[in-house]
Amino acid sequence: MTLALVLEQLLNGVQFGLMLFLMSAGLTLVFGVMGLINLAHGSLYMIGAFLCAAIAGMTGNFWLGLMAGIAAAAAAGALIEIVVIRRLYARDHLDQVLATFALILILSEGVRMIFGPFPLYLNVPDILRGTVQLGIVDYSFYRLALIGFGLAVAVGLWLLISKTRLGIQIRAGESDREMIAALGVNIRALYTIVFALGAALAGLAGALVGAIQSVQVGMGEPVLILAFVVIVIGGIGSIKGAMVGALLVGVIDTMGRFLLPRIFATFMDTSQAMGVGAALASMLIYLLMALVLIFRPKGLFPAHG
Amino acid sequence: MKTLRTSALAALTLGAMVGTAQAETVTVGMITTLSGGGAGLGVDVRDGFQLALDMAGEHSIRLVVEDDAQRPELAVQIAERMVQSERADILTGIIWSNLAMAVVPSTVAQDIFYISPNAGPSPLAGANCHPNYFNAAWQNDMLHEAAGQHANVLGYENTFIMAPNYPAGTDALTGFKRYYEGELAGELFTQVGQTDYAAEIAEIRASGADSVFIFLPGGMGISFMRQYEQSGVDLPIVSAGFSFDQDVLPAMGSAALGVINTSQWSPDLDNAANEAFVSAFQQAYDRLPSLYASQGFDTANLILSALSSADISDSDAFRDALRAADFASVRGNFSFAPNHHPVQTVYVREVVEVDGVLTNRIIGTAFEEHRDVHGENCNM
Repeated sequence: MTLALVLEQLLNGVQFGLMLFLMSAGLTLVFGVMGLINLAHGSLYMIGAFLCAAIAGMTGNFWLGLMAGIAAAAAAGALIEIVVIRRLYARDHLDQVLATFALILILSEGVRMIFGPFPLYLNVPDILRGTVQLGIVDYSFYRLALIGFGLAVAVGLWLLISKTRLGIQIRAGESDREMIAALGVNIRALYTIVFALGAALAGLAGALVGAIQSVQVGMGEPVLILAFVVIVIGGIGSIKGAMVGALLVGVIDTMGRFLLPRIFATFMDTSQAMGVGAALASMLIYLLMALVLIFRPKGLFPAHG
Repeated sequence: MKTLRTSALAALTLGAMVGTAQAETVTVGMITTLSGGGAGLGVDVRDGFQLALDMAGEHSIRLVVEDDAQRPELAVQIAERMVQSERADILTGIIWSNLAMAVVPSTVAQDIFYISPNAGPSPLAGANCHPNYFNAAWQNDMLHEAAGQHANVLGYENTFIMAPNYPAGTDALTGFKRYYEGELAGELFTQVGQTDYAAEIAEIRASGADSVFIFLPGGMGISFMRQYEQSGVDLPIVSAGFSFDQDVLPAMGSAALGVINTSQWSPDLDNAANEAFVSAFQQAYDRLPSLYASQGFDTANLILSALSSADISDSDAFRDALRAADFASVRGNFSFAPNHHPVQTVYVREVVEVDGVLTNRIIGTAFEEHRDVHGENCNM
């Protein structure tokens, strides 16, 4: 086990965490501002990836595809908010879960009807191909770019929330929904904008990750589960919490998969250690979530004090 | 799914109106994966199966297709419904070994035939074999054994091996190791449905391996190959055909070019049945068939051949007719070993680009008349 390998795995963990952040930021915003549990967030991720793959395939340009993916996810988000979600704010969480679960089924089948059951082709853009030398680590250029994208979005979100009028309204919406409506803010429009913003972030994550993964129906659900773990750890409604939670989950999951089998191999037969290590590694982040829930039931950075 | 059932029903009603000359209809229940990430495999099995029925002009089979969404508990429910309310005589269609393990034992115990077009977990070929269970595809280990054998031929001495942590994944690594003679640079189990392989690729890079063996069917293989291509690790990959067939090759793109893989079937396999199958499949569905489609096609033809010589109500006669495997397989020679699993040739293929489409070409033979090792534990 060399230092280079450990550093590479740490970078992998950070990159994974930042992609999770893009997913969880939207999820936590929507929950924080509107009090809505949106299970269909993973479907927006899928829509971003499919549109990116389709447009990139047609035009041969990844960046056009990326724009299309973000735009399509945002548009789908706005449409879903206006047609379905708007009717759910006053209902309890069980109704929201049921309705948004139905949306997952509808969107998955819809995408399958349009694009077919076979995965789509989407490749890394030419200028981000290959590897770069980072000190002693030979690292995939595209993954490095993903880290850059993730950080840029994090900074952009922070500026949006803390420095703009929209950001003030979002923060006000998180603390007291009735009050900002009473102050004359168009709460309906605000909700649609926040939902579309969250959807755009999910679409961005889907399109970016789609280039190094399989663009297929149902690709959003595994990520959605992780994103929920992230926002529970970070504190529901908190962007800062989502960032910290995402990095924790990314690094712990990656390092667990990397280190646990090795630890078991020191006192077990190798193949057995691989099996036990892999099984335990896949539980680690849920153990982390359980611990956080025991000691900080509202998450690490609770949004509402 | 609905339309298939409706058209099968329509055909059935029409048949009944024409008269009773036809033998009574046989109901085949197909439980397969038609939604989610594994849908491509199930769709190909279903389409191959349907194509065989269409080509035979066969209307005495009522095909009922249902989607298991790759979930074992759902597959069990569907199987019960197919047996209880659809009165299915034969079940088939399951893609994934964990689903097969959940459905097959209880199905065959009810005196229903199960004919597998894909999954071939080792217990069902060995200790848990059953007179009513037939596998028309392969036992899980088979293609991986061929990959291990071919790794020796290629002179690999330090291979890194990796598969998902589920029954077919453990069968894959065991099968590979059974014939591979070199050292292992590393051995890893990944999660089923895993999408990010950065940690594993870093391990491969650091392991000092001279080659990599993977078993990652469906979307898992696509994700791995994309990331592998971008990682700068360029060790040769040897694999079983599952991870490099027509369902995933278009999505993998150039990353898959040149990969050596083993399979019991290939689109360029030179026999009359296969030529007819490949061209009819392309005509009917406007895409190249995968090995899964070829297995669905063979499964249907196996059932048709048995029905033409025996009545399904006479289980013993029907079982003997299945065992005879008297049909023109797209694989050429095909027969059943005593444990009802195929004895067949396994080929070595290479991923090539033909007219802008990625596909496979046969470059050699790994095993002739190969059978699985688990048959020894099967007493029937």
